[in-house]
Amino acid sequence: MPAIEVSGLKKKYGDIQAVDGTSFSVEEGEVFSLLGPNGAGKTTTIEILEGLRNKDSGTAKVLGLDPWASGYELHKRIGVIPQGFKFLDYPTPKEAISYYGALFGKKVDPDELLRRVILDDASNVWFQNLSGGQKQKLGMALSLVNDPHVIFLDEPTTGLDPQARRAVWEVVRKLKDEGRTVMLTTHYLEEAEELADRVAIMKHGKIVAMGTTEEIESRFGSGQRMVVKGGDDLLKYLRENTRLRVEGGAGEVTIFLRDKADAMAALGAIEESGAAWEDLTVRRDSLEDVFLKLVGESGGVGEGGE
Amino acid sequence: MRFSLSRTMSDLKVYGRSSLRSREGFFFTLVFPVILILLFGAIFSGGGVSQSTVYVQNNDIGPVGAAFVSALNSTSNYCSNSSSAGLCLRLAPTDVNFSQYLSSKSASDGIVIPANFSLAFESGQDVNVTVFGNPSSTTSAVVSGIVAEVVNGFNVRGATGVHHVGIASRTAVSSNYKYIDFLVPGLIGFAALTSPMFAMVNMSSTYRRDKVFKLLSLTPLTKTEWLLSKIIWYVCTTVVSFVLMTAVGVYVFGAHIALNWGIGMFLLLGPFFFVSLGMLVGTVSNTPEAASVVGNLVTFPMMFLSGTFFPVSSMPKYLQAVAHVLPLYYMIDGLNEVMIYGNFEAAYTDMALLLAISVVVFALAVKFFRWRED
Repeated sequence: MPAIEVSGLKKKYGDIQAVDGTSFSVEEGEVFSLLGPNGAGKTTTIEILEGLRNKDSGTAKVLGLDPWASGYELHKRIGVIPQGFKFLDYPTPKEAISYYGALFGKKVDPDELLRRVILDDASNVWFQNLSGGQKQKLGMALSLVNDPHVIFLDEPTTGLDPQARRAVWEVVRKLKDEGRTVMLTTHYLEEAEELADRVAIMKHGKIVAMGTTEEIESRFGSGQRMVVKGGDDLLKYLRENTRLRVEGGAGEVTIFLRDKADAMAALGAIEESGAAWEDLTVRRDSLEDVFLKLVGESGGVGEGGE
Repeated sequence: MRFSLSRTMSDLKVYGRSSLRSREGFFFTLVFPVILILLFGAIFSGGGVSQSTVYVQNNDIGPVGAAFVSALNSTSNYCSNSSSAGLCLRLAPTDVNFSQYLSSKSASDGIVIPANFSLAFESGQDVNVTVFGNPSSTTSAVVSGIVAEVVNGFNVRGATGVHHVGIASRTAVSSNYKYIDFLVPGLIGFAALTSPMFAMVNMSSTYRRDKVFKLLSLTPLTKTEWLLSKIIWYVCTTVVSFVLMTAVGVYVFGAHIALNWGIGMFLLLGPFFFVSLGMLVGTVSNTPEAASVVGNLVTFPMMFLSGTFFPVSSMPKYLQAVAHVLPLYYMIDGLNEVMIYGNFEAAYTDMALLLAISVVVFALAVKFFRWRED
């Protein structure tokens, strides 16, 4: 049985179709990431799975339970960090963990848990005085109090500095190593690539691509490309003398390669052009290339709240 | 339902500790009540700040009337022709209408000793000393108090038989209660209203904004447990306010207060009601700004019209009518009954009303207040 199963999920706010028939499933022990710009419906999807929002139609099951109807049962077995995790101002991380332990009726060792999320250096600091990264790590510690099977992280590193972001990633990897299922949303490609076994790219409430990053890259990317530093003369020569698809500008020329013959032809043509060139590289389309293609250049810019 | 006392207590521990750590929480719980009672006690209890004249019309030709006047004189103790502060007793002529006489002197406080005073007192009959006063004036309360003391002294003397005449001359006087006696229950009601109301209204919107409610909804803690823990906390702060205010009232201003279990009932019911009401009000509004507007709309009329600072009986009739629909009125009225008069029977109605409306509002708050959204 998959840990998470979603099919035909829909949710509308007024006139806005926030989630528009998404379907996916997450296996146990998998790290699955919803990737998309703001307003794509990531948070709505994850909140429905957490049992924080009711769906309009479709099915959503987590550990075999309907999150909205069986929230009380489900919440004992999942861990959640909402977007922009905030807690009461005054408890210290240690007190917060003891509090959660008491609520869940679990015996927890706050110090041990704080070590696990690398927060043992701030165990007695009031929450309001913690840094953004420390707060986020406390959120992770709290989500682990009930020893959950599935953990939901909604934009766990938004607004954090690079160092804090890496620390959060480290904790997420530990969770995976412990065999827990993790579902996270993010609008950072790098984060999805770093952490996720599989990624689903969302746009306007729909999943537009899903799979491992390699699968997405090969399916939605345009294959290999050769990138050369060179001027407009090179670009012009290649366009006029070859049948290769070429793009250029800003001192860089990109040649799209369909097969090995294209590669050989491109190399030959560059050599023949007599134009100045350097730094030749060949690479596949990155997830970023695919993401921008699927979501659009403007996709990364906010489109309002989710 | 899934109710757990231990979860309630864990929540109480975290919330209580947070409240004490927050400067505002600490201030409103422990410091503010003391400031209030010191301030209002000083403003309204007179405390010998100014001199006010009290006219005495002694219609009695016997010795007891004269003794009464001299006793009054010695009690007030301040009367002099200088400008010293306090009460100044002046004799009024006996051949005038006393009420008109007071008006002609622009005075509102006076004491009339009836013509048959000596006779009645010595024969052990009930007799009234009439005290003229303005209910809203604090000097009147002081005058009443002094008269009461003197009357009391006379009764005691009568009882010990110094006058070896009829005993138990139960002289009835208007009232022997001072303003401070009304102020203490009023301000306890005030504290029971403001501190939970403002905290709950504010909490309901900021917790929603910061998604703390969502977070809590992901734990086994239930709304009822959460609300109950707040009620317990504010019962505790109200009890602390009560102890502090009563101590200041009694030791600084000489308030007369009867301690009994009836007070405890109101110290429970008040916060129970206002925590629930605050939560209910908080559910109506989505933003912290709107919440505070709605909260103030509900809180302020209650704060001033329920007998917190002035006895409701001193207000005009139409405002009294308004007061009677405000729940805080019943708390303060009940506290007045038990703390000042020790009149439990009168307080039962207040208790029952407060309990009934609290249960309703609590149920509504639990029903309408949402951890999560549809």
